[in-house]
Amino acid sequence: MKIQTIETKNLCESAKNGGCGECQTSCQSACKTSCGIANQQCENKNQD
Amino acid sequence: MVHSYKLSGMNIVLDTNSGSVHVVDDASFDIINMYESNSPEEITKAILAKYHDNPEVTAEEIADCLTQIGELKKAGKLFTEDTFKPIAGELKKRTSGVVKALCLHIAHTCNLNCSYCFASQGKYHGDRAIMSFEEGKRALDFLVENSGTRRNLEVDFFGGEPLMNFTVVKQLVEYARSIEKEKGKNFRFTLTTNGMLIDDDVIEFSNREMSNVVLSLDGRKEVHDRFRVDYQGRGSWEQIVPKFQKFVKARGNRNYYMRGTFTHANPDFLEDIKTMLDLGFTELSMEPVVCASDDPSALTEEDKTVVMKQYEDLAELMLKRHREGNPFTFYHYMIDLKGGPCIYKRVSGCGSGTEYMAVTPWGDLYPCHQFVGEEKFRLGSVFEGVTNTEIQDEFMSCNVYTRPECADCWAKLYCSGGCAANAYHATGSVKGVYSYGCDLFRKRMECAIMLEAAKSLEGNG
Repeated sequence: MKIQTIETKNLCESAKNGGCGECQTSCQSACKTSCGIANQQCENKNQD
Repeated sequence: MVHSYKLSGMNIVLDTNSGSVHVVDDASFDIINMYESNSPEEITKAILAKYHDNPEVTAEEIADCLTQIGELKKAGKLFTEDTFKPIAGELKKRTSGVVKALCLHIAHTCNLNCSYCFASQGKYHGDRAIMSFEEGKRALDFLVENSGTRRNLEVDFFGGEPLMNFTVVKQLVEYARSIEKEKGKNFRFTLTTNGMLIDDDVIEFSNREMSNVVLSLDGRKEVHDRFRVDYQGRGSWEQIVPKFQKFVKARGNRNYYMRGTFTHANPDFLEDIKTMLDLGFTELSMEPVVCASDDPSALTEEDKTVVMKQYEDLAELMLKRHREGNPFTFYHYMIDLKGGPCIYKRVSGCGSGTEYMAVTPWGDLYPCHQFVGEEKFRLGSVFEGVTNTEIQDEFMSCNVYTRPECADCWAKLYCSGGCAANAYHATGSVKGVYSYGCDLFRKRMECAIMLEAAKSLEGNG
């Protein structure tokens, strides 16, 4: 039996240095008709 | 909160609040699902009974699995509590008054007459109009003046069809470039076009100045030409496809999206994606139509079953092509499990009406392009600034915890509470929920996470 854990960003940890606001606005890309934020890149130079 | 699901032969467990993803075998999948509401003895008994014909599932193995789950929980990778509510309004509060993105409605007119257009053939339920250089310049100045310390500023040339006012597009880009160094800003321009007016000049200019271009193509010729017709009713597919191919090739086949809309007429949209691939395009987006529920092109409950299957089959196709070394991108499956936005961004909600606004050709401000033409949502203008603070406050207060329906949704940190415009059109309130869209969104996120997990396990994520 096994559990394989994928390497992911820890969202709780991201609270420490996050919130700079430099990343792209939610809708300013391809869709313009729904809201998705998962596809956005972090642009915080201080983020781990 | 944990969301567990089976897709493409994989058992996936998402720990919603930490963002952790686990791929597990069948027995572990069942154990995790029982873990929080059953004792170890109850779990052991139930699992041994269910897997009695599997020699690998023993009491000892189950005990090991329970220990591993306990360790993951302790490490904050399983059953993590939602502790983010206190910071939900933090980002918007911190950046209050800062505008960083504008959707410039450079032309409220269009050379196509698509009946499914949410912008009513580009006119947004009003008169035809084009933005003058002076109005556009004022919009850019408004953006710079209100952007605070934000360096990256986004401007989308939108319509209608923006290339019907291409001279002003060029003048505005030139103006922005002339001030960005002095103002300490970096403008990122995008262009959304139906392709009819693409020529060598447009290609050369856009490939130099536009960080991204969004090209409207619905896929199969018969699907595209059903809606995307000129004012004589003639389909546009034959005209635009060669232009798009030339445009994209000259762009180095990157930094673009081939964006389609699927409707009740083509819920089997994977065929349209395959057409796009056959035409040589690899950066793709297909969006469900946005229209009133009584519109003939609106997606129905019956369509939803078809659409869900398309999403799954699309993920399978993407995985297959990835393994073959011939990958393609689907906008809604782009997810960076190792990076991606921080928790502040994820809980703060869509930035419409606060950091993002739409500007009409005559300089009025709206919370986003989808509210243009809805007079009560007019925020102000680029000349006088935001004057309707009541409406802005309503958008300011939207975040992932605003809507009770989102409280128990495992996907809320991926949509940030969803699209305010969709919510408004579905329920009459920007704080409502467009549940049909939520169902599709959750399916897309399941597929996206599965794809990334599969790639990660195969060592090339």
